[in-house]
Amino acid sequence: MTTVVAASGLGKQYRRRWALRDCTLEIPAGHVTGLVGPNGAGKTTLLSLAVGLLSPTVGTIEVCGGSPAADAAQLAKVGFVAQDTPTYAGLSVADHLRLGAHLNPRWDDAAAHRRIDRLGLDPGQKAGRLSGGQRAQLALTLGLAKRPELLVLDEPVASLDPLARREFLQVLMEAVAEEEISVLLSSHVVSDLERVCDHVVVLVDSQVRVAGDVEELLATHHRLSGPRREPGTLPADQHVVRASHTDRQSTYVVRTEAAVLDPAWSVTSLGLEDLVLAYMEGAGSPTPAGSALEVIQ
Amino acid sequence: MIWLTWRQLRLGLVATCVLVTAACVWLATTGPALARLAHRNTDVYDLLTDTHRLLFNGGIAALAVLPAVLGIFWGAPLVARELETGTYRLAWSQSVTRSRWLASKLGLTVLAGAAVTAVLATAVTWWAAPIDGAQGGQQGSLPSRMTPIAFGMRGVVPIGYAIFALVLGTFVGLVVRRSVAAMAITLAVYVFIQIAVPMWVRPHLVAPVSITETISESTIDGITAEAGGPFNITLQTPDSRDWAITNQTIDADGNATDLPAWFADCLPPPPGAEGRDSQGTVQAHPSTGTLDACLTRLDAEGYRQRLVYHPLSHFWRLQWAETALYLTASGLLAGLSFWWLRRRLS
Amino acid sequence: MIEFSLDTGSGVSPYLQVVHQVRRALRLGLLVEGDQLPTVKDVVASLAINPNTVLKAYRELERDGLVAARPGVGTFVTRTLADSSLAAHEPLRRDLVRWLTKARTAGLDEESIEALFESTFRSVNEDIA
Repeated sequence: MTTVVAASGLGKQYRRRWALRDCTLEIPAGHVTGLVGPNGAGKTTLLSLAVGLLSPTVGTIEVCGGSPAADAAQLAKVGFVAQDTPTYAGLSVADHLRLGAHLNPRWDDAAAHRRIDRLGLDPGQKAGRLSGGQRAQLALTLGLAKRPELLVLDEPVASLDPLARREFLQVLMEAVAEEEISVLLSSHVVSDLERVCDHVVVLVDSQVRVAGDVEELLATHHRLSGPRREPGTLPADQHVVRASHTDRQSTYVVRTEAAVLDPAWSVTSLGLEDLVLAYMEGAGSPTPAGSALEVIQ
Repeated sequence: MIWLTWRQLRLGLVATCVLVTAACVWLATTGPALARLAHRNTDVYDLLTDTHRLLFNGGIAALAVLPAVLGIFWGAPLVARELETGTYRLAWSQSVTRSRWLASKLGLTVLAGAAVTAVLATAVTWWAAPIDGAQGGQQGSLPSRMTPIAFGMRGVVPIGYAIFALVLGTFVGLVVRRSVAAMAITLAVYVFIQIAVPMWVRPHLVAPVSITETISESTIDGITAEAGGPFNITLQTPDSRDWAITNQTIDADGNATDLPAWFADCLPPPPGAEGRDSQGTVQAHPSTGTLDACLTRLDAEGYRQRLVYHPLSHFWRLQWAETALYLTASGLLAGLSFWWLRRRLS
Repeated sequence: MIEFSLDTGSGVSPYLQVVHQVRRALRLGLLVEGDQLPTVKDVVASLAINPNTVLKAYRELERDGLVAARPGVGTFVTRTLADSSLAAHEPLRRDLVRWLTKARTAGLDEESIEALFESTFRSVNEDIA
């Protein structure tokens, strides 16, 4: 399986602050990968690095086999829908499509117009007059019609109402079903991602905490609750993600390949949201380098 | 990319074209009559109507303002606007590289700006040619095309100014990333340069002519003095339309010097004034003679006047030299812009 | 043609929900042999879920012999579950009733019975997998 994004030791520094640190991951092609984490975690930074809007301070990143924004051919492979879906307020919907046609060699004009029709957008309407949801759909159409190998979206539905949000994801998923396209989208709302992503990267405090196939992650993470115990007493193959204690009881979120056999524990599985939350709340140190970098194929 | 740049430039270009066309039409209607007028009479200044003088000064003003306007309203927001509103994220994720994007935007805008300025400059130069430096009898005169004020508004230099202003605006916008701030800074820098170049650079672009003249009544242009201060003599240049750069009294050894102390007493009182005039002359003294006698004595003591000037014939050489200067500066700024775009905006 | 729905809060993974909904439709006779299942594209366009989810579900149904994919045309039902009704597993059901009675007698309450069943069920599944 090919990787669509490969980062190694990637870091980005702004003056004093590291917006992204020690980022090493591989995102497989042919999937919808969600990049999730709290605000300020570095999601926009990572995505901007992937599309070439920023250049790394340290480390390397390779996207679709090439260096981001290196040349026109590379730019054609990656589509980007930026946060708040920027559009030219003075240009009409049709003008935006013309923009895309002029600036992209692989532009599929017929498909773009078909999509605009289906969405019910008025081609003559100025983009500044569109609603948030309509602008997002326009930006998505622009991103899809250039026929990229990878489509990157930065919090595309964050400011949309539930209906607009659903419609956006519907169009996106339909495009994924129709074309051989990989998707990388970020969100700080996990429930958005749960439906559409089959691969997830959790970013907290500018570092990657865990990455992998969603089903695989859900199968290997468990919530253990039982009488109070210290973390050191747990088996070595159980990596503690988060621990919380009362005077009598301990609750751990652990990651392990093996089954949990200790009868003292009540074992429950986690939903994606709980899993992400566990990593967000987890004690400062990230999961050991080995498991965080696994490529689940 | 050209389509997009055109689309974004369209409104500003059309507005500017309309204004320039209107100006050209107005100039065209009065031009031929003016030329005929100038042909007939050397003291043409007195024959000029108010409209003519208005157009003359207006032409200067318009050409002074046009490059600045282009630099501020086309140049400064060119990149700054996209950075400000975030639309650069849309533009830079299409399949054109940043450099190509800037090259297209800058190139087309500069071309359009240069073309518009060229049209207006040609029109004004053509229109004013008959009367540049026109002398009046007693009434006054129009500035010759060599004087700093008019020089910048004739010939080819306005095109150089426009190109420079546009590239300057773009560069400032790129660095500052805010349209309004970029506009203000561009204006400030451009005005400074427009003052600094005629004062310090233009005289040296082409080697001026330097002559040493005797000071006599026929060559004198004027004698001035500041309140309580020494007198100063200025001589006329060979042609009234030449541009004098240095007008300095020198002594017998060739060193610049003030006029000797006796000169002040020698002078007859200025005609028609007793005591004070606008320059605050000294009190009228019982004088010993005429102006001519004073000047002869000055000459006998070895005083001469050094005149460094650019004759009218230098006009086109200076024009091309200054245009080249501005174009070089534009090229450097453009190169800097591309570098900044690639290196510093990441 | 059936329509799918997704319950995000149920804790059941989306692909399993699809599988279950197909099986239920088969059992209830909403789907019969020869019917076409909604295309991946249509399911995804209405539910806004990952296409791989639907593919995975359809593949599992195919593995169970319930549907067959015809390339370029679609996925079609090959067998109904009408005759795999609970009635066919009467012996198993009786065993279960006996076990439940035994558990009750041993003093386990409802939640304990559920917990015991769940943990055993899971561990047995993991052994199989």
